Amino acid sequence: MIGIGMITAVSLWIIPCLIAFILVVAVIRKVPAYEAFVEGAKEGVGMSFAIIPYLVGMLVAISVFRESGAMEFFIDLIRPALHALGVPADIVPLAMIRPLSGTGALGMTSDLIATHGPDSFIGRLASTMQGSTDTTFYVLTVYFGAVGIKKMGDALKVGLLADVIGIASAIVVVTLVFG
Amino acid sequence: MVNLIWVILFVVGIAFAAVNGTMDQVNKAVFEGAREAVTICIGLISVLVFWLGLMKIAEQGGILRGMSRLLGPLVRKLFPEVPKDSPAMGYILSNMSANMFGLGNAATPMGIKAMEELKKLNGGRDEASRSMITLLAINTASITLIPTTVISLRLQYGSVSPTEIVGTTIIATACSTAGAVLIDRYFHYRRVQKGRG
Repeated sequence: MIGIGMITAVSLWIIPCLIAFILVVAVIRKVPAYEAFVEGAKEGVGMSFAIIPYLVGMLVAISVFRESGAMEFFIDLIRPALHALGVPADIVPLAMIRPLSGTGALGMTSDLIATHGPDSFIGRLASTMQGSTDTTFYVLTVYFGAVGIKKMGDALKVGLLADVIGIASAIVVVTLVFG
Repeated sequence: MVNLIWVILFVVGIAFAAVNGTMDQVNKAVFEGAREAVTICIGLISVLVFWLGLMKIAEQGGILRGMSRLLGPLVRKLFPEVPKDSPAMGYILSNMSANMFGLGNAATPMGIKAMEELKKLNGGRDEASRSMITLLAINTASITLIPTTVISLRLQYGSVSPTEIVGTTIIATACSTAGAVLIDRYFHYRRVQKGRG
């Protein structure tokens, strides 16, 4: 289908080409490129610092919840119900952690791939799940934190429900294609 | 709701530690979590500084405007409250394209920049507007065409065909994005009915 060589080539070329494209257009349109760069880049410093309080708050809460064993307890509690719905038992922890913790999910995915093999059903399912949704809590915290949004409205609900759909569709699609 | 979830994560965790005897891990978790968060933010500095600098050149060169003119009609239905000529549209489009090509690094600064423009459109309030929630929903569902991290992970563990999950990932990601948009719409109309949309 898609060659690994092609994908490697694309990911190698895409950023340098993008930079070159932006700069060439800037020269044609007579934009003072370096000055514009510095002006825009300045904002990045403040923004990174603005995120710190939001991310510290969120990550400490999540890691306390995880390390206390509470997360494992709830996963074990839900596991039989999800298993009855057709979710493989091995994949339940990954499905639960995916929206909460990016590093946690990535670690779990490589664990599942290492144990079951990348070309096993679980390996393929874990890969698809890892690739097809993002860490909702992280995206929420960083995007809103950087611009100082404190009242999130329905954003969290929408994000988490979308994760449920993403995980369910990963299971259905992988079962149909590889099952 | 965030306040409630945040408190629950702590209180339930600490109560659990008290019962399970994992207080030691909780103590560690507090400081490890804080350190991890700061480490991530420090790592973000380089990414944000570089991409926001580059994006400023793109903005002044008219590339973002060109992009909104070209692709805007496709996305405008998702963001009906964003004016045609707003810079927000250009940033939203760059954010979505970066996500599609698996450039998570570049997607974040562009998404943040889009949020900033959306906040200006919302009168600078610290409340999430409808468009902000939509943008966030699309990002958490993360439309991906090439899941680069997963492919390299599979390669590393000796997969016969590291890219065979590209197809399933595209379908799954399309479903979750479509789902996110529908759920977002549903909540929006519910807010409107309650009279605070």
